[in-house]
Amino acid sequence: MIGKTNEVVRKELMINASQRRAFQAFTEQMDLWWPRAHHIGKSDMKEAVLETKPGGRWYEVGVDGTECNWGKVLVWNPPHKLVLAWQVTGEWRYDPNFVTEVEVNFIEKGPNLTSFTLEHRNIDKFGAQAQEIWSAFDSEGGWTGMLKSFAAIAETEATAA
Amino acid sequence: MTNPSMALQALGDPTRREIFECLARRPLAVTDLANALPVSRPAVSQHLRVLRNAGLVMMRQRGTRHVYQVDPEGVEMMRQYLDRIWDSALASFKAFAEGKNQ
Repeated sequence: MIGKTNEVVRKELMINASQRRAFQAFTEQMDLWWPRAHHIGKSDMKEAVLETKPGGRWYEVGVDGTECNWGKVLVWNPPHKLVLAWQVTGEWRYDPNFVTEVEVNFIEKGPNLTSFTLEHRNIDKFGAQAQEIWSAFDSEGGWTGMLKSFAAIAETEATAA
Repeated sequence: MTNPSMALQALGDPTRREIFECLARRPLAVTDLANALPVSRPAVSQHLRVLRNAGLVMMRQRGTRHVYQVDPEGVEMMRQYLDRIWDSALASFKAFAEGKNQ
């Protein structure tokens, strides 16, 4: 289940909310918490959308109205489990042929306590296209956008700390 | 070692970013970079040193020339980058899920 450390990002949280609530917040209400800095479109992000059904799309809507796909719902098992395909390449572009998986589990620990785990795996796939990744960094959605959001994260974390 | 914050810092300088972007298009020698950009050769070398330390650029010997290219080992950096994305996103998710729960 747990892949090699260099291929997986794994996160565990305890959420002080019911399993149902945590699942709903993560899925239906993703737009309300998804950091605005994390987007791939050329314009600023207006909305993050996760269609809450098997095969549902996962995408962002820019302030200019453009939609940019992020991936899709691979497994939809509310309020327990969700597997998303993250299809954003290292070039910071959507590629339907590129699939990394994000598995999210919600385990009920109490009426108001949920154990939450997230595993982003197949990150080694970025290796296969590493050369392309780097050679595409002069693209508009590439390095510059990545740096911008990276800086925004760093700032957010600094403020929070 | 590749380190995203070092990489971020290295690319915070506009000239270094320009050098990096030139190398992303194709491998080049110091002279090529100095010719292409309004920067002296010693300055280019200095910037390349910082980019190399950050794990963004590597050097290859081609005959008598030292040719610089971007380091293809992007995986670890991508992993660390995603790690931070999820940290930040999930902190926000937790706060939201708990806040709306009364």
